[in-house]
Amino acid sequence: MDLTYSAEHQAFRREVLDFLEAHRHAAPKGGGAAQRPSAEAVAWQKLLIAHGYAARTIPKEYGGYGAAPDILKSRIIGEEFARAGVPPGLQSQGISMLVPTLLELGTEDQKRQWIGPTIHGEVIWCQGYSEPGSGSDLASLQTRATEDGDDFVINGQKIWTSTAREADMIFCLVRTEPDKGKHDGISYLIFSMKTLGIEVRPLVTMTGHAEFNETFFTDVRVPKSQIVGKRGQGWFVANATLKHERGMLGDPGQLESRFLALAELMRTETAGDGRIMDNPILRDRLLRLQAELAAMKFNGLRVLSASANGGEAGLARLIVKLQSCELAHQISALAIDALGELGVLYDGSPHLRSHGSWQQAYMFQLGLIIGGGTAQIQKNIIAERGLGMPREPKPTTEGSRS
Amino acid sequence: MEFGLSSEQRMLQDAVARYLAEQSPLRHVRDIAAAAKPCSPDVAAGLADLGVPGVIIPAEFGGMGLGLLEAALVAETLGFSVAPAHFAGAHVMAPLAILLGGSDSQQQAWLPQLATGAARAAVAVSQAVEVRDGVGVVARDGWLDGTALFVLDAADADLFVVADTTGALHLVAADAPGLTQIPLTTIDKTRSVGELRMTGVKADPLPGGGGRTTRRIIDAGRIMLAADILGAGTAMIEQAVAYAGTRVQFGRPIGSFQAVKHMCAEMAAALEPCRSLVWYAAHAFDHAPDESTLMACHAKSHLSEVGRFVARTSTEVHGGMGFTDLAGLHYWFKRIGLDRQLLGGPELVRNEAARVQGWIAA
Repeated sequence: MDLTYSAEHQAFRREVLDFLEAHRHAAPKGGGAAQRPSAEAVAWQKLLIAHGYAARTIPKEYGGYGAAPDILKSRIIGEEFARAGVPPGLQSQGISMLVPTLLELGTEDQKRQWIGPTIHGEVIWCQGYSEPGSGSDLASLQTRATEDGDDFVINGQKIWTSTAREADMIFCLVRTEPDKGKHDGISYLIFSMKTLGIEVRPLVTMTGHAEFNETFFTDVRVPKSQIVGKRGQGWFVANATLKHERGMLGDPGQLESRFLALAELMRTETAGDGRIMDNPILRDRLLRLQAELAAMKFNGLRVLSASANGGEAGLARLIVKLQSCELAHQISALAIDALGELGVLYDGSPHLRSHGSWQQAYMFQLGLIIGGGTAQIQKNIIAERGLGMPREPKPTTEGSRS
Repeated sequence: MEFGLSSEQRMLQDAVARYLAEQSPLRHVRDIAAAAKPCSPDVAAGLADLGVPGVIIPAEFGGMGLGLLEAALVAETLGFSVAPAHFAGAHVMAPLAILLGGSDSQQQAWLPQLATGAARAAVAVSQAVEVRDGVGVVARDGWLDGTALFVLDAADADLFVVADTTGALHLVAADAPGLTQIPLTTIDKTRSVGELRMTGVKADPLPGGGGRTTRRIIDAGRIMLAADILGAGTAMIEQAVAYAGTRVQFGRPIGSFQAVKHMCAEMAAALEPCRSLVWYAAHAFDHAPDESTLMACHAKSHLSEVGRFVARTSTEVHGGMGFTDLAGLHYWFKRIGLDRQLLGGPELVRNEAARVQGWIAA
């Protein structure tokens, strides 16, 4: 157990601090991750990449900074930007999922064409994976791509395509070989969202906002060259990206800042003559969450440390998505309970607290528990891969694919 | 930067685990429980050979001179094996009290003996945690009067470390006139808890044994109990997974049913982060004193909650068999039950954590 940083990493932290001091005035204000980045945000991203604080390990020839991977330096950047309250580099599905996939499995042309503009926020991507009939059983997807000359012709429907309205491009799973087994007939295509035959309909969720979309394809023609990996290998390509998505969803730093906001709420809000913090039941719940948060924070450090030292964290890693999403939801739930009747206020109402962010988060986080692999799928993964428990026997009924 | 165990720490843990697997299997635990002797003399001797009694005692007094993290690793291993052995009170809290609060001559007199296991100490501090049944020990001019409950590792102790109503600590010899020892029968047959009644008992005060020392040894004890739960919980999950993999119903191993599989996944998901919390709390005790009380509270309360969940759920995975004495699972269930209540249940500990952070008045 050595929680100190080496001289090299301490020097690196000072560099980050100096950068923040010199440049923080140029950082964009606010900005949601789901929208198209503003000109200000794009300029900020360019500055961050030039200094190695975004796209740090992306090779220079593809527009990145080209540093060797050093997970501790990445963590230091994250910590110091968060502490300074300065927005970090852009976060999007293009950057966190498509770019690593192209780096791993794309052709040289694809890397040169797409990685640079994507990491600079010039090209926005959406993800076409889930379908109305294929959620947890993603590999059963039915959107068809049939061959016609040099093109694939795509017909079908995707759902949960966040940023589809803003996106320039989509990375999309389609069935190219309907006669093959369900995992073997899928291909991974990338194409423009301006292609004829694509229709995007906003999908309004329980939050009252349309954070997602439904995307319909009618005879959409895509050149065959726009495939990533080989035909029929789309499932493996997609798994390379899903691995990156699961890593993204459990950020203990974000949980901690939500918790601190909750503790602050309970210290400052009053009911009658007393502070909410003086209510022993609500306080007990707060402390319970704090202890669990501490466990998740150190679990994250253990996972990080294992990967920095080239090891595997096993179960400690597999449980992160399930536990973090649940904890985030419980933090918001307590905030709403601490607000009492005020906890129902929403959408700019008089007496609203924190711009309605607690209600918004409470509802949206339920979506995160379900999305990116439901809690139940996560439990299957933990039990089967982490604990080595027997798999569910494959159904042998008619109509199911092997 | 390395959040994890060193190879030396793993070796220590492996050595204790191997010894217990060979010399203290469940059969031995059952024998000790049946004899109504809370601790096994054989296991005590074997652990002494490995240096366990002196784990935190500095080398100058003949101990191993290791930190609280190493002690937590030993505690985890003992919990894993439901070892019928003294530890948290005898080998961590008592020597720590003498190290932090004892005079040179007290340290010279006791630490070398405690380090080898030649003498053994128990700890009576529960009144500093919570007063039940009117307990309290009053000190007057070197004499103690009153009652102490939930004395940790009480059986066969040579020495007691006793907290008085002001939080100051005293050493009391087990054969001191006026001292009556009463064993308490608990759910857990693998550990010893007792009551002390004192009428004009001669005590040797620890000069540095004020509230601060008492605070520190309670923090350390809580981390040990949390580590014990971690080990016991790990063993319970392993047993549940193994049972679910072999028990066949409806023509399938029950572990292939999601209802059962998800119970195991929920246990693992809850317990795995606890490992990092226990490691950090133990590390902080030695290296981050500002955080150590808060982290000890978090480890104790959180492991108690997760431990109760694991104890109950792994028993359920075993179905009716889990409820029987045949499976022996109840030894772990009760071990966790004891760890949860001693030195403060989770609600009491969480309230302390709120006070430590200044969220409510001290």
